[in-house]
Amino acid sequence: MSQALVVVAHGSHLNPDSSAPTYDHADTVRATGAFDEVRTGFWKEEPSLREVLRTVEADEVYVVPMFISEGYFTEQVIPRELRLDGWDVADWESDGLSADVATYTAADTGQTVHYCGPVGTHEAMTDVLVRRAESVTGDPDVGEGFGFAVVGHGTERNENSAKAIEYHAERVREMDRFDEVQALYMDEEPEVDDVTDYFDSDDVVVVPLFVADGFHTQEDIPEDMGLTDDYRTGYDVPADVDGHRIWYAGAVGTEPLLADVLLERAADAGADVSRAVEEVRESTRVAAGGSASPSPPEADD
Amino acid sequence: MLDRHADALVRAAGEGVDFDGLRVSSTPDGYRFETPETTAEGLSEADLRGRADDPYVTNWYFWEREVGGHGRPRRAFLRRAEDAPIHSTDDPDPEEDAGRAVPDRYAALRGSAEAGGDGGEADEADAVDGDGHGAGGDGGLVTEWGQLRIEATLGEGDARRYDLRHVDDADARAADLDSHDDPLDAREVGKLDGRERYRPLKTAPSLRRGWVFPSLDPRALTEAVEAFYPATVANWYREYEGELDVDHWVDTAERQTGIYDVIDELPREGVEYVAEACCVDSQCLRRREWEYDEGDDLAADGGDGPFPCREPCSLVVAAARKWTKLEAEEEREYTFTLTPSEREQVEDIVGAVADGRAAEIREADLSEGANRYRARYLRAKRFADGESDAGDGDTDDATE
Repeated sequence: MSQALVVVAHGSHLNPDSSAPTYDHADTVRATGAFDEVRTGFWKEEPSLREVLRTVEADEVYVVPMFISEGYFTEQVIPRELRLDGWDVADWESDGLSADVATYTAADTGQTVHYCGPVGTHEAMTDVLVRRAESVTGDPDVGEGFGFAVVGHGTERNENSAKAIEYHAERVREMDRFDEVQALYMDEEPEVDDVTDYFDSDDVVVVPLFVADGFHTQEDIPEDMGLTDDYRTGYDVPADVDGHRIWYAGAVGTEPLLADVLLERAADAGADVSRAVEEVRESTRVAAGGSASPSPPEADD
Repeated sequence: MLDRHADALVRAAGEGVDFDGLRVSSTPDGYRFETPETTAEGLSEADLRGRADDPYVTNWYFWEREVGGHGRPRRAFLRRAEDAPIHSTDDPDPEEDAGRAVPDRYAALRGSAEAGGDGGEADEADAVDGDGHGAGGDGGLVTEWGQLRIEATLGEGDARRYDLRHVDDADARAADLDSHDDPLDAREVGKLDGRERYRPLKTAPSLRRGWVFPSLDPRALTEAVEAFYPATVANWYREYEGELDVDHWVDTAERQTGIYDVIDELPREGVEYVAEACCVDSQCLRRREWEYDEGDDLAADGGDGPFPCREPCSLVVAAARKWTKLEAEEEREYTFTLTPSEREQVEDIVGAVADGRAAEIREADLSEGANRYRARYLRAKRFADGESDAGDGDTDDATE
């Protein structure tokens, strides 16, 4: 029985780079050969969620949403657009963080679709956050002497979004690797604007839990934290803010190790990918720094 | 002759072969080999192997041993790419399935190989040494798919190779184009238009020129086409089979939730304007098959492209949301004082923006109503605020 991985993401009508991480991670998984096919589908780009399944030949399809939390897109839009017959969010038996998989038949193609929880709530995402810290500092052992902040939207749009932030912050804390760990939000307390108030450490790595770089990660957060007065002029990594060095990592979704979360999601849903997991964990190790000079993105509806 | 063809033919003869005019079977008196041009009976295995380089045999091998995928869109698309009957003779439903027979097809596919002089590997070599091969025109078998031009030729062992490029680069030398081997490069090639602007609609007729995939195998060709025009092959094949699932405007609008929930309030008249504004060939190469509702057609032209559009796309839905809000406003009456030429100029400006010509109008071409100086003069004279902050005269945004 052939198996396919379909990565579904939001995409953008305005920002040409929104889909780049999705393509990159799909390519990483494709290169492992773990799946007969690896495809991508988008809400705002093509192939659309409506039509992506018909581009897949396999009968057994693992669908993994490139979304940060359970909510409107994972619970309503994606299942509806994929035409998952009989979808009921209760089938995930989730507390808002624990969706793993529910299996349906796609009405228009007849394929068996294993609909997985989003990448953002998988426990392996904690490792991606930490790997992001290694990448942005260029230090594979980063931790001692460093604070670590995970940044998210907050509850304004989706209460599960904040749950995911807290969940990963707590898991990083339990690793006992960084001196301090803090969850920060864009639209509620504790706010990312006041990042330096929450840390004693001189060095603080700040990683937004977002799937792609865009308006929030490239404009709002850098300006809110005081890394720059104008995002268009870029910012230093690290940047000096109120006597702290802020290592701003940009969206965690761009970290190559995120491909591992796609594999883990599919594996949890019953896909046979075990060898590929090891391969991706090693091949995606970067641990090299770099300064960011973002191009201005635009917000999409 | 290739051993793999001979070995496969001998193996397959036991069960019998019936494909694209080739019939081979095993009888008590030896093998029977039949094509529309020739029949031979009582053949030994060596005799049969000796016929393995017959075009009918290499054709069978290519389709049945290399391409496979019976009933799959990719196979049908590759059949189309060499003008073969979409369903070969051993498929169940060959009705109305015209196409070239093997000798005719091979002659057309060989056109390019012969011109190159050294067989199907010529493409890549020529892309390097630039002796003119791959220039198109007298090449292999050419088909088009939107703005894609696909030239099929015969490669090693008569396996097909495909040259993929922009239709408007048909006559360009491959050496003059940016050459790509990885079909997934098509995602990057198709991302921005010739003016470096993002193409959110993959089937917009704004594919940039200047690139070529000079020698793709069948799998890579379908991957590249999928990247340029996602799901078009799958939908074309569904339509070909009479199974295209169309979701009309009403179906699509009523399905929406969240911020797009409102679009089912767009008046019927507004939907007409949407189709006329967004879904004509000048804006999108998909052929609109969706209507207002089942049995309730829209007046706008749906287009002539090879691949169908089966429901309003995400761009149409997003735009319709804007228009739904705008159409909710009450009309008011305004009184303007304009000269006849000024009134005409306003129409010129709207026309230039709507047709995407605003940026092309020359700086000193004062005969154009949408010329920048003409527009600035009109603004200075008729619009109270006159000069705006955007004093650099950038007209690009007008077409966003």
